[in-house]
Amino acid sequence: MIAEAGLACLWLAAALSLLQLLAGGFSLAGKGAQLAPVIRPVAILQGLLVTAAFVLLIWLFLRTDLSVKLVAMNSHSAKPFLYKFAGTWGNHEGSMLLWVTIMGLSGSCIALLEKRLRSDTMIATLAAQAFVSIGFYAFLLFSSNPFERLPSPAPEGQGLNPLLQDPGLAFHPPTLYIGYVGLSVAFSFAVGALITRNVGPVFARAMRPWVLGAWIFLTLGITAGSYWAYYELGWGGWWFWDPVENASLMPWLAATALLHSVSVLATRGALRTWTIMLAVVAFSMSMVGTFLVRSGILTSVHAFAVDPERGSFILALLAIYIGGSLVLFAVRASTVREGTKFNYFSREGALVMNNVLLTAILGIVLIGTLYPLLTEAMGTKVSVGPPYFNPVGAIFALPMLLVMAAGPILRWRGDSGRRLVNLLALPALATAVTLLLVIIFGGSIGILPLLGLVLAVGLAIASVIPLFGRNLLRTPLSIWGMVIAHLGIAVALFGMASESAFNQEVLVASNVGDTHEVGPYTLTLNAIDPVAGPNWTALEANITAQVTGSNASEIITPQSRNFTSPTMQTSEAALLTRWNGQLYAVLGEENDDGRWQLRLWWKPFVPFIWYGGLLIGLGGLLALIGRTARDIKRRRYDMQDSDMQGEAA
Amino acid sequence: MTVKAKHQRLTLILLAFVALLAAVLLAAYALRDQASYFYAPSDIAAKNVEVDRAIRLGGMVRRGSIAQAADGVTVNFIVEDGKGSVPVTYRGITPDLFVEGSGVVAEGRMNANGIFVADNLLAKHDENYMPRELEDMNLDEIKQQAESTVTQ
Repeated sequence: MIAEAGLACLWLAAALSLLQLLAGGFSLAGKGAQLAPVIRPVAILQGLLVTAAFVLLIWLFLRTDLSVKLVAMNSHSAKPFLYKFAGTWGNHEGSMLLWVTIMGLSGSCIALLEKRLRSDTMIATLAAQAFVSIGFYAFLLFSSNPFERLPSPAPEGQGLNPLLQDPGLAFHPPTLYIGYVGLSVAFSFAVGALITRNVGPVFARAMRPWVLGAWIFLTLGITAGSYWAYYELGWGGWWFWDPVENASLMPWLAATALLHSVSVLATRGALRTWTIMLAVVAFSMSMVGTFLVRSGILTSVHAFAVDPERGSFILALLAIYIGGSLVLFAVRASTVREGTKFNYFSREGALVMNNVLLTAILGIVLIGTLYPLLTEAMGTKVSVGPPYFNPVGAIFALPMLLVMAAGPILRWRGDSGRRLVNLLALPALATAVTLLLVIIFGGSIGILPLLGLVLAVGLAIASVIPLFGRNLLRTPLSIWGMVIAHLGIAVALFGMASESAFNQEVLVASNVGDTHEVGPYTLTLNAIDPVAGPNWTALEANITAQVTGSNASEIITPQSRNFTSPTMQTSEAALLTRWNGQLYAVLGEENDDGRWQLRLWWKPFVPFIWYGGLLIGLGGLLALIGRTARDIKRRRYDMQDSDMQGEAA
Repeated sequence: MTVKAKHQRLTLILLAFVALLAAVLLAAYALRDQASYFYAPSDIAAKNVEVDRAIRLGGMVRRGSIAQAADGVTVNFIVEDGKGSVPVTYRGITPDLFVEGSGVVAEGRMNANGIFVADNLLAKHDENYMPRELEDMNLDEIKQQAESTVTQ
C-alpha cells in the first residue's frame, strides 16, 4: 500500500501543479481574477504532497520492500541503515523524485515567504514554477516511476554500487540538488518579471535571497563532491574535468555571475535585462547538467539511466524550457525599462567585468564539455581534459582574480584611481614578495601553479581590505559575507596551486617491514591484515607514519575492499590530515613475489581547497542572513514602493 | 531613459559579445590541439599517430601478455583488437578489474620506440560499467578472434 499511496501523492501533486499553472495563466489574462487567491495555497499543498511521496519512498527503502522494482534493483537487506536511507536517491528514479520534491518545496517556500513582489508578478512566478514542475512530474510519472511494483517480490535486492556506499551519499546529492533546483526559483522569478514587465530594484531584492540560497548549496555540494571523489576514487586527484563535474560547475559559474549582477540591480537599478538573461542561463545550465548526468549520454558512477527514451524526454523538456524562455526573453527584453547609466570605474563597473569574465569561463567549460558529444555524433571519439580546461580557463580566470581584488574596494557610482592604487599597494607588495620567495625556494614549478600561489596570497590580503577602518562589530553581515567568500576563493586557490606545485608521490612494491619516505613522513609497512565489514571483506595495510626525525607516529590503514552484493573491489585510501597538508596512502595488489604495491602522496595544503569551499559557503550564509534581516526592516518601504509601481503600470 | 544610457547598453552588449567571441575562438583553437583522440590498436599503425601526442587507446588486454617489471609497480602488456596490437607500459596501481582478456582504455602517448606509455588506465568500474569508447566494440567477437589466433 505504501507504494500506491506514494504514487497517488505524486499524481495529486502533478494535478495541483497543473491547476497552479492554469489558475495563474487565467488570472494573468484577466479572465479569472477569482482564481488568484487559490494559487498560494495550491503551491503549498503541492509541495507537501510531493514531499509526502518522497518520504514514502524513503520508507520503502528503509523497509527494503522488495516488491517495489526500484528497491529490488538498488537496495539490499544487508545494507547498513545509512545507505538504505541515502540509497533512496542513489538511483535514477529516486534522484529525480528528490529533484521534484525540492522543486515543490521551493514553490511552497515562495508562496509562504515572499511578500514583497507585486501580486501579478507573484502569480506569474508561481505559474512559471508550476510550468517547470509539470514537465518533471510528467518525466517521473511516464518514464521513471519510482513506485513501480514487481509482478512478484524479488527474493533479495541487487544492492547499491559500492562506490556510492559512503557517508558522502547522504550529503552531496541533496545539497547539489537544492542548489540546482533553487535556481529554478530564480528562473521563475525572471519569467514572472518578464511577463508582468516588472524588472527593477524591488524585484532584485526579492530574488536575491533565493539566488544566494541556491548558490550556497551549489558551492557546498560541489565542495563535498570534490572531496568525496578525492578520497573515494583513490587517484589522489580532486577535480578531473569530468563532464559530470562540469555539469555542476556550469550552474555555479552562472549563479555566481547572477549573484553579482542582482547586486548591481538591487543597489543601482542597472543591468536589468542582463540579470534576467543570467537567471534564465543559470537554470538552463542546471537542466543541461541534469540532462548530461541523467540521460545516460555519459557513462559514469552518476549515470543511472541508460534508457534512450529518458534521454529524449529530458532533451525535449530542455528544449521547451530553455527555448521557451529565450523566446519570451527576445519578445519582452526590449520592453524592460532601461537601467540607470553608470560609471565604469566603480563597484558596478567591476561587477560588470566580473560578469563578463565569468560568462566567458562558463562558455569555455560548456564548449569543452559538449565538444566530445558533438564530435562523437559525427563519428570521431575525442576526450577533452585538463590540457584544455586548465590553460584556456586560466586566460579568463587570472584577470578575474584581479577584478576580484579591486572590485570590493571600489566605491559604488565612481571612484578615483589614486585611492585604488593606494589600497592595492599592500596586496601587490605581498604578491611580489611571494613571487620572489617561490622562485627562490619553490624549485621548478609550472607557470599556472606559480601564478595561482602568488595571486592567492595577494587576493587573500585584498579581500580583507574592505574591513579596514571599519568598526568590526558594526560592519554589516553582508560585508562580512563578501569578505569571507572572497577570502575563501583565495584559500581554495592556494590549496589547488600548492597541490599541483608541490605534490610528492611515491609508488613502490613494498615488503612487510620496509620503510619509505614521502614529504615529511617516514612510513613503515607493518603488516597486511584481513578485516571484515557489514557487507565487505578487505585486506588492510597497517602502516606507521612517523614525521621524519621525530618520535610522534600514527598508524594509518588503507584498505582494498571486496564488496558482496554487488560484487566489486574498491580501494579505501587512508588520509592523515595536518595543518600543512595531507598524507594519502593507497594499498594496491600483492605481487607474485609477495611484495605489496603502495602508492603514497604528500599533498601540501591540499585541504585548503575544501576549507576554501566551506568559507565561500559561510560567506554566502552570512550575506543571506544579513540581507534578509535588512530586507525585513525595509519591507514596509518596498511594499509601498511596489504599490506605487502597480498604480503606475 | 537617456541617449547616454542607451549608448552604454550598446557598449556593454558589445563588450559581452567580444568576450564571448574571444572565449569561443580560444576554445576552438585549443580544442584542435588539446583534445585527445581515441584509437584502436589497428588505427595506431594505420593512421601513423604522432609521437608524444595525447591520445586514448582502447582494446582488449591480450591473454598471457601482462608482465610485471622488476620494480614491482610497472606493468607491460599488449592491447589488441583482432586486427592489430600495441605494446603498453604503465607505472602505477592497476584498476581492480584490469585482467587479461578484458577491455581497457589507456590514456597516454606513443613513444619513439612504438610503445604506448600510459598515464592512466580506465578499466571497467564494475560489471555494468564499460568505458564509453569500448561500447561499440564487440568484445566477445574480439576475444574469440584473439583466442583462436593463440590456439592455432
